[in-house]
Amino acid sequence: MSADRTNSNVWTPIDTQPGPDMSVEIAGVTFKNPVMTASGTFGSGMEYSEFVDLNHLGAVVTKGVANVPWEGNPTPRVAEVYGGMLNAIGLQNPGIDVFIERDLAFLQQFDTKIIVNVCGHTEEEYLEVVERLADQPVDMLEINVSCPNVKQGAIQFGQDPKCLCEITEKIKKVAKQPVIMKLTPNVTDIAQMARAAEAGGADAISLINTLMGMKIDIEKRKFVLANKTGGLSGPAIKPIAVRMVWQAAQAVRIPIIGMGGIASYEDAVEFMLAGASAVAVGAMNFHDPYLTQKVVDGMEQYLYRHSYKTARELTGAVL
Amino acid sequence: MKRKTRMTVTSNRCLTDGIYSMTLQYPEGEMPEAVKPGQFAGIYTGNPAMLLPRPISICDWDPADRALRFVFRVAGAGTAELAAMKEGGQADMLGILGNGYDLSMLEGRKVLLLGGGIGIPPMLGLAKALHALPGTEVTAAMGYRDSHLFLTEELSAYSRLLIATEDGSVGTKGNVLDAVRDNEVMADAVCACGPMPMLRAVASYAKEKGIPAYISLEERMACGVGACLGCVTRTRDVDAHSHVRNARICTEGPVFKAEEVQIG
Repeated sequence: MSADRTNSNVWTPIDTQPGPDMSVEIAGVTFKNPVMTASGTFGSGMEYSEFVDLNHLGAVVTKGVANVPWEGNPTPRVAEVYGGMLNAIGLQNPGIDVFIERDLAFLQQFDTKIIVNVCGHTEEEYLEVVERLADQPVDMLEINVSCPNVKQGAIQFGQDPKCLCEITEKIKKVAKQPVIMKLTPNVTDIAQMARAAEAGGADAISLINTLMGMKIDIEKRKFVLANKTGGLSGPAIKPIAVRMVWQAAQAVRIPIIGMGGIASYEDAVEFMLAGASAVAVGAMNFHDPYLTQKVVDGMEQYLYRHSYKTARELTGAVL
Repeated sequence: MKRKTRMTVTSNRCLTDGIYSMTLQYPEGEMPEAVKPGQFAGIYTGNPAMLLPRPISICDWDPADRALRFVFRVAGAGTAELAAMKEGGQADMLGILGNGYDLSMLEGRKVLLLGGGIGIPPMLGLAKALHALPGTEVTAAMGYRDSHLFLTEELSAYSRLLIATEDGSVGTKGNVLDAVRDNEVMADAVCACGPMPMLRAVASYAKEKGIPAYISLEERMACGVGACLGCVTRTRDVDAHSHVRNARICTEGPVFKAEEVQIG
């Protein structure tokens, strides 16, 4: 954001008084600010590092990684819809070996926290990745039990509270880093799922993953996505996401990372007020590759304008 | 260096039935030094409900005027918004994207350019670049639906131009390869952009002739910069990025050697 020295409502880094403290803490990990990237929308940061200085982000949350390479779904894998997009990538990833060697090594160059998103078809596959990451320079793990686009595993663990609680317990037993369980909105009662993750020992939860959707090409009378269904993301889902973050925040004591259609700092603040301790920018990175940085800058100005001393004060501050 | 840039629309006009030519100008000092034929850019519609940029191939460029020219077909609501943009207005653009054609592989050769429908525009930039290379002969066979031709005048300035139309109203009746056979074109490399059935035919034509074919692929895209893995194509070999056989069309492509991708 351009600093306007003539406007007293704008804080600039060279003002004599200190700016607001943007740092937040989740499960003992301190983030320089509450702005992260949503898994799957930012690769491992390499592509977007051409646009954004990763040192300025609270954390980079990587694309999901499995124990072995996954090919993902056939194309078309993406489709635009009004105010959003559908994707059915199917968690294509190069597998944990390449991820550690290449992607983690890349991310280590930056002064930002690294959160690795972990995916799997079976309990064993999740645990294998979590174990492989135990001695790696990773700050937190985010467990993807909520992808709607793979046929086996993933979302099955995230739609049944008993399964979710059990897999959380098992992961917590082997994990050396704090564990975030990423929840799906494709459930009847998000509060129940949040409680299940907490009961299983999760250090934090993140929500929401995409909502399952569909698009049909009426001229060709065909599904637009090869997978037929896909996950809906983007501004279209934001009100649902804010509502679910608020409901989850009422239900659990563990911190929440809120996401779903964040397109501006205003949206990010909204998630914080609803109860999130941090936020993640997802599909809108595709609209504006500079968005993460703009959200950081805008939130800082918001705090200054509203005389908040810290970003932490925003969490759950809705009246 | 890829950037999202606010460009000025310096011209936008209809060439023929549903085909538009739009020129976007960079702010002073922001034109990238190197543009390669076959590269593309993502153009945003300006409608906030359409969050993704439209990937459109670069037809031509002019560093002196800091300008990129795009020729596109109105295929849906997004491209309709692009077609409605007014001269003097602004358009956000993500660019410059993709690998483009490797001219060093084509210099000094008899190069056959094949373009089908909205695959024709990038062939103009390529014809122009090849025309400037010493000892390089350019034959362009372009396939249209009917007599609604476009870019033919410019193409004939930089190549020997052959035309095929589906309805036979101009040139050879049939497709671009029919035009190539009709005119007994000899080539030692082929570059092609067009619909998938055409690219398949081009790949087998090149294989039969024992010459390399460089084909430009299209797929639904989201990020355009290689992060989302939306626009992959199946490849013959495991590639260095995906470690499965999925190259990103936006990043490793859109131009691939025909035998390296599985388009069958």
